Amino acid sequence: MQTIVYILPEIFLSLAIMFLLMLGVFIKKSFKLVYLLTILSLIFAIALVLNQPNEIVKVFNESYIIDRLSIFMKVLTLLFCFFVLLSSKDYIKNNNIDKIEYPIIILASTLGMILMISSYDLIIFYLGLELQSLGLYILASFKRDDERSTEAGLKYFVLSALASGLLLYGCSLIYGFTGSTNFEIISANLDEANTGAVFGIVFIIVGLAFKVSAVPFHMWTPDVYEGSPTSVTSFFALVPKIAAISVFIRFMYVPFVNVISQWQTIIIFLSIASMILGAVAAIGQSNIKRLMAYSSIGHMGYALAGLAPGTNAGIQSTIIYLTIYLVMNLGAFGCIFMMKRENIFYENINDLSGLSKNQPMLALSFLIILFSLAGIPPLAGFFAKFHVFMAVIEVKMYALAIIGLVTTVISAFYYLRIIKVIYFDKPKKPFEESYDWGLKISLILSSILILTYFIYPSILVDTISSILIY
Amino acid sequence: MNFPILSAIIFIPLIGALFILVTKEEQKAVVKNSKYVAIFSSLTNFFLSIFLWYSFDTSTSEFQFVEEKNWMEGFINFQLGIDGISILFILLTTFITPICIFSGINSIRFKLKEFLIAILVMETFMLGVFCSLDLVIFYLFFEGGLIPMFLIIGIWGGPKRVYSAFKFFLFTLLGSVLMLIAIISIYWITGTTDVIKLLDIRIPQEYQYLLWLAFFSSFAVKLPMWPFHTWLPDAHVEAPTAGSVILAAILLKMAGYGFMRFSLGLFPVASDYFTPLIFTLSIIAIIYTSLVALMQDDMKKLIAYSSVAHMGFVTIGIFSLTKQGLEGSIIQMMSHGLISAALFLCVGVVYDRLHSRMISSYGGLVNIMPKYAFVFMIFVLAALGLPGTSGFVGEFLILVGTFQINIFVAVLASLGVILAAAYMLWLYKRVIFGKMASSEIKEMADLNKTEIYIFASLVFLTLFFGIYPEPLFNTIDISVSNLIDNYQTDLNFYLVQTNN
Repeated sequence: MQTIVYILPEIFLSLAIMFLLMLGVFIKKSFKLVYLLTILSLIFAIALVLNQPNEIVKVFNESYIIDRLSIFMKVLTLLFCFFVLLSSKDYIKNNNIDKIEYPIIILASTLGMILMISSYDLIIFYLGLELQSLGLYILASFKRDDERSTEAGLKYFVLSALASGLLLYGCSLIYGFTGSTNFEIISANLDEANTGAVFGIVFIIVGLAFKVSAVPFHMWTPDVYEGSPTSVTSFFALVPKIAAISVFIRFMYVPFVNVISQWQTIIIFLSIASMILGAVAAIGQSNIKRLMAYSSIGHMGYALAGLAPGTNAGIQSTIIYLTIYLVMNLGAFGCIFMMKRENIFYENINDLSGLSKNQPMLALSFLIILFSLAGIPPLAGFFAKFHVFMAVIEVKMYALAIIGLVTTVISAFYYLRIIKVIYFDKPKKPFEESYDWGLKISLILSSILILTYFIYPSILVDTISSILIY
Repeated sequence: MNFPILSAIIFIPLIGALFILVTKEEQKAVVKNSKYVAIFSSLTNFFLSIFLWYSFDTSTSEFQFVEEKNWMEGFINFQLGIDGISILFILLTTFITPICIFSGINSIRFKLKEFLIAILVMETFMLGVFCSLDLVIFYLFFEGGLIPMFLIIGIWGGPKRVYSAFKFFLFTLLGSVLMLIAIISIYWITGTTDVIKLLDIRIPQEYQYLLWLAFFSSFAVKLPMWPFHTWLPDAHVEAPTAGSVILAAILLKMAGYGFMRFSLGLFPVASDYFTPLIFTLSIIAIIYTSLVALMQDDMKKLIAYSSVAHMGFVTIGIFSLTKQGLEGSIIQMMSHGLISAALFLCVGVVYDRLHSRMISSYGGLVNIMPKYAFVFMIFVLAALGLPGTSGFVGEFLILVGTFQINIFVAVLASLGVILAAAYMLWLYKRVIFGKMASSEIKEMADLNKTEIYIFASLVFLTLFFGIYPEPLFNTIDISVSNLIDNYQTDLNFYLVQTNN
């Protein structure tokens, strides 16, 4: 009974989901109420997570772990889920996807992610993964009447099911060759000579790479990002990445820690391929959501580069990268939500032309976010890359560092192209001024954080290094 | 003295920019207010830096006004400080920025508020480069300057502005990312990025060559050296006058400063090893770009190419590693800062009136714009290094310094002086004398009041430092001697090490 205390946030979220479902079914036209209650329950869940003990606890036969890493990642997940919901309200209303299921499915999917983050056992991990994926399939095709949305949902479902299958096969191999599903026992039984288990590792990494959309398992990303409603895209670009990266970290540093030489090459390959494709393929895009898809592939490449060295500084840099990436993308999608005229949302980059004349403040914050995504100092995006390359160069992986920085220059080109459209091109019809305060708050918050990060970068660095102390 | 004067100098323009950003009133009032704020903050900064120069101790080569703050704990401290070399660059920056602001107010016709913000932010970044005593902080400011410059070229530039802005941004970024790798490598080799500590630590010889090349890639693009100079003519031509002035007068100097402070200071062996490379590239730059300049139809392009040639002198002077050569390089950078700024302003004056940069659209200006003809003459003569102007002092010293090291290089470099005379005088002849190219020229007005004040200050300084350069030498003397001494002892240390 005492162990239940440790999973209070999860229990609370499950109860909230069930309650909201009932509420939505029995009260007619209750979308607004459900939406509000979802947001409130996210805040309450954050409070519950923060209230968890500041020690390492493994509960339920050591299959579930609560440590500082998991607490940090859970807070990030819930927080950005909160911001995504906050900033996309206007979009949801205008696109007729304001059904009560929408926030509830997001909440369920988030619950799945939280289970993944804390999992310390292959079975719990897989259950969490499936819960979050099922939610995401529905979300991608949420705009039922829209062909592209339906296509996105179907594509994501088929490919993701395949990846889950591979992952599950990997899990069964690992179980077969090490005799357990518990992470620590796996870690103790794994060694280089255990060829079967090494195959299992490869399959698991493939499955995870699919979830973070690393090349060559990225095929679904551009289509799903473009086809899904933008509110769902922004959810896709932010929240599932946290859980996926966190599981990546957990896998590499608990069960697979002894076979680092086996997976290091794979990670380096995934990272380099993602960085290059993310930089090159985005150049030709004219749809801003598609461009953001390639940009997120590239960014995940940098985040994985931090994992490649296999050092503590490396994990730290990946978490820093992830955090800053989330803030930047929140801002970027905030700007995309602002591209609205007469209740129609625009997605083409050329629609932004002359934004600097029509809405100078919005243009300025988009400018800051884009330069930050490109990694130009003194904005936060530069520091994210700086830490990753610090970790990479420490172990003398110069090739990875040089390729990474050269792709930064290439990717700077397409961010500059958006800035060119905003600032250098002739003004078109202006977008409407948005009165949605939730959207405004998240946009202003993210631009200010990006802009002022350089004043005292220690805040984030210290927090993150403190969560990695065991 | 506890007042953080360097931080104040760096951040006053930024505060000014923020102030302009948040003002909200009627359009007219905003523009008026932002003008006053910009002028006020840049002039305050200028006087503050004069005060800095006044209280600067010229009898020591130590870094002064050092400030240190915790920044990224355990890694990097935010450290500022200046010595005799950097203070001159700070003065140049704070002097040129108000000139750019006045010129911008005089000639920019739209989005003036944003323009002033960009210039002020730019000033912060430039001053940061010259003050920072930590490699990471240096990099931060060095790269950050790309953002406002990209916008200045792209928004207020000429017809091909988009292409030029992109070329400028991507070229410079590509050069600098290699420097970032080098900076991080230095951290892992020596355990610090603190410049004061690094100057005492001897970086192992085998690392020096690659690190030097990485720094070189960044500085060579920024300076720019042949064959990395192709972004410069484009950027200069398309940028608005104030943008060209900042580019030519200060941005290029960052690289010269970087060569002196970092390449010589941190990697003496590699600097010694690569000196022939620098000499070759610089000689090619001087002769080749001077010849190219001769054939230009576009005034701004001509001055841009002449900048590359002048910067060739600077690198030769720096890597001659003689006292005359190094001091000459610093003086040359100062005087080029004044002269190129003035020349671009001169082009700006006629461009504002006729909207053409082509040499062939002018002619006979002496008849209608006598004041302009006079001012232009002084700067043309200064650019070709006539004795009595600051241009002469720098070039002469560089040649003297180089002569002691390598006669061949010195002789080839002096060819550049002759070629400079050729293209500058020919330019002057075609624009100022001869027949008027069109009837529109007759309606051009002579210099207005703002322009006269701007040019008067520039003329004064150019002639003053040409006739009496002592204050400059006095400031840099000890720092330069110290730089050379350190370099020689380090070099000997490594030589002994290799021989054993």
